Amino acid sequence: MKKTGSQILLECLRLEGVDTVFGYPGGTVINIYDDLMDSPIKHILNRHEQAAVHAADAYARVSGKVGVAIATSGPGATNTVTGIATAYMDSIPMVIISGQVPTPLIGNDAFQEADMIGITRPITKHNYLVRDVKDLARIVKQAFYIARTGRPGPVLIDLPKDVQMDSTTFEYPETVELRGYKPTVAANPRQLEKAAKMILAARKPVVYVGGGATLSDMSDELLKFVEAIQAPVTTTLMGMASFPKTHPLSMGMLGMHGTFYANMAVTNSDLLIALGARFDDRVTGKIATFAPHAKIIHVDVDPTSIKKNVRVDLPVVGMLEDVLPRLTEKVQRDQGELKDTVEATQPWRDQIVEWKEQHPMSYKQTKSTIKPQYVIEKLRELTEDDAIIATEVGQHQMWTAQFFDFSQPRTFVTSGGLGTMGFGLPAALGAQAAFPERQVIDISGDGSFQMNSQELATLVQYRLPVKIVILNNNFLGMVRQWQQLFFDKRYSQTCMELPIDFVKLAEAYGATGLRATKVEEVGDVIKKALETPGPVIMEFKVSREENVLPMVPAGAGLNEMVLAS
Amino acid sequence: MKHTISVLVENEFGVLPRVSGLFSGRGFNIDSLSVAPTLDESISRMTIVTTGDDRILEQITKQLNKLIDVIKVIDFTDQDFVEREMLMVKVTAEAETRAEVLRIADIFRANVVDVTPKSYSLEATGTPQKINALIELLRPLGLKEVVRSGPIVLGRGAKGWKNSE
Repeated sequence: MKKTGSQILLECLRLEGVDTVFGYPGGTVINIYDDLMDSPIKHILNRHEQAAVHAADAYARVSGKVGVAIATSGPGATNTVTGIATAYMDSIPMVIISGQVPTPLIGNDAFQEADMIGITRPITKHNYLVRDVKDLARIVKQAFYIARTGRPGPVLIDLPKDVQMDSTTFEYPETVELRGYKPTVAANPRQLEKAAKMILAARKPVVYVGGGATLSDMSDELLKFVEAIQAPVTTTLMGMASFPKTHPLSMGMLGMHGTFYANMAVTNSDLLIALGARFDDRVTGKIATFAPHAKIIHVDVDPTSIKKNVRVDLPVVGMLEDVLPRLTEKVQRDQGELKDTVEATQPWRDQIVEWKEQHPMSYKQTKSTIKPQYVIEKLRELTEDDAIIATEVGQHQMWTAQFFDFSQPRTFVTSGGLGTMGFGLPAALGAQAAFPERQVIDISGDGSFQMNSQELATLVQYRLPVKIVILNNNFLGMVRQWQQLFFDKRYSQTCMELPIDFVKLAEAYGATGLRATKVEEVGDVIKKALETPGPVIMEFKVSREENVLPMVPAGAGLNEMVLAS
Repeated sequence: MKHTISVLVENEFGVLPRVSGLFSGRGFNIDSLSVAPTLDESISRMTIVTTGDDRILEQITKQLNKLIDVIKVIDFTDQDFVEREMLMVKVTAEAETRAEVLRIADIFRANVVDVTPKSYSLEATGTPQKINALIELLRPLGLKEVVRSGPIVLGRGAKGWKNSE
């Protein structure tokens, strides 16, 4: 039986196991939306295409499935760009469907036309312009395969309106044939052998874990590996929830706003074992003084990540699913040797405990004003272990990374690479859509929140009970902090002078608004919010000029931290 | 440093900007580029000559390999290869220089492909060095137009690209 392009698209999505899509209708996707009414796929109508992409992105981050978003051509499609770039930088598997003007009009500056293939080329893992309905099923199959395999990433399918209307016999291909795409899966055994040798010989090892561990669901294997070799662990922002922060070997995050002890450990280590991390500049600080005494083993599925920013002594190209179990097995082969290594690294672990005692993560608690860090600690105390925390970008994001003790994988949803303000609210929405029964919290600042606050409408409409924490300091806090420290306190355009009544804003959308202005109200507001059905905004009036510390100034080495204001 | 790279790609629309974007995005100029289908019509072969820092070039080569439409990348930098470029040149040929143009063409084994009372158009093939030398000899006679194909290269030895590394 023949099907139209739009029917084929929806049927392919269903066969790929897609149950929820996020999007916004428009002229060139009206056929898809018409057929959507007859499809079992649930559609969530966001209030902005950027938010639809962030929601689909977060849906993927928490569920491990491929997220799907739909937007119309022209402005609808260009609105997705920030969302796609966010997913690309954090390697999130997504398929974005953009409508396109009919093929005869492409290139004619038609109404609502934009060259999405050109625009998204540098921010997608791959993209397709579908020119013939006969190619559509194959392209969708390939798009999902490319999005989720190897180093995952977003794939865009630009689908002209006439192709959606054309018909053909539908057949979904069973296999994918891409001769130019063969993601490396199994690591070279000789490299693994060398890695095991280096690990057993190290006396000051540090395991440095990135988003790859989250994406590959390797938390359990990671724990086994780390406990076998008893090496201290530091994570990036993206790797954070994949290793429990409460574990004695955890040192929290490293880098610009990393812990004192993680940065000291990296600087003094003799072996850095990088697992699915890419040595981002926010992680390394000044390259010349990064881990100066360490040999570096870099395990990554993407060969382009290796030796991109730092010298690497032993590259291991492979999936963590393959590498971690094999590496653990290799280091455990000679139990006597492993025991010797663990004993010989005891002074190193003692040293780290000493650093932890010297400069633990802390902030000055006051009676008069609410400290943002306190809100985050209190939130951790009052939420479930499997609560999903989304954040926007800025000070509140770093405080969350520093003070929220994540213990379960895929519970921290944040824009790490691109650093997209306005990500958190739609991301929380997408996470809640994936797990309607779990607690989902968006931690935000007053600046970021206003970048996608229209999504309150979506939350209320779909009864997605996201709880929103706004740490309101009436500042664009992170930029203000830089201005304070490096620009002589000249607060150029960072003061959000118009105070917003966030409680009323919540109420305007039919959500609940709560506010705390005193320290003693914090716990009660959080408790009340968690008990209230439906979306809730919790506005906390926090101390205005609090800084995120420690801080490694841009261009400085990791050991040159500013520890106190 | 100068690098010559062959890139075997899917013969489809939209592949060229993916490849060239990796160079332009890093501020690398492509000195020359030539593309045409291979024995297998579904595969095109690009020959790219570029100049730049080795480390950045290694990164570009890896990124090229990562492109879905790229089937194989061969960096000829440290390899033994044969290189040929084609030149078409329109030279002023008035009465007093007509014989000289033909003499130079003869030395370089260039062919005359078009003649007018005032000009000769020549076609020559050779290494880029040979092409440069020919252009320099013709320059004093008056060059009207020079078109170069950019070099294409082939690895030495019996093996084809499918088995080469």
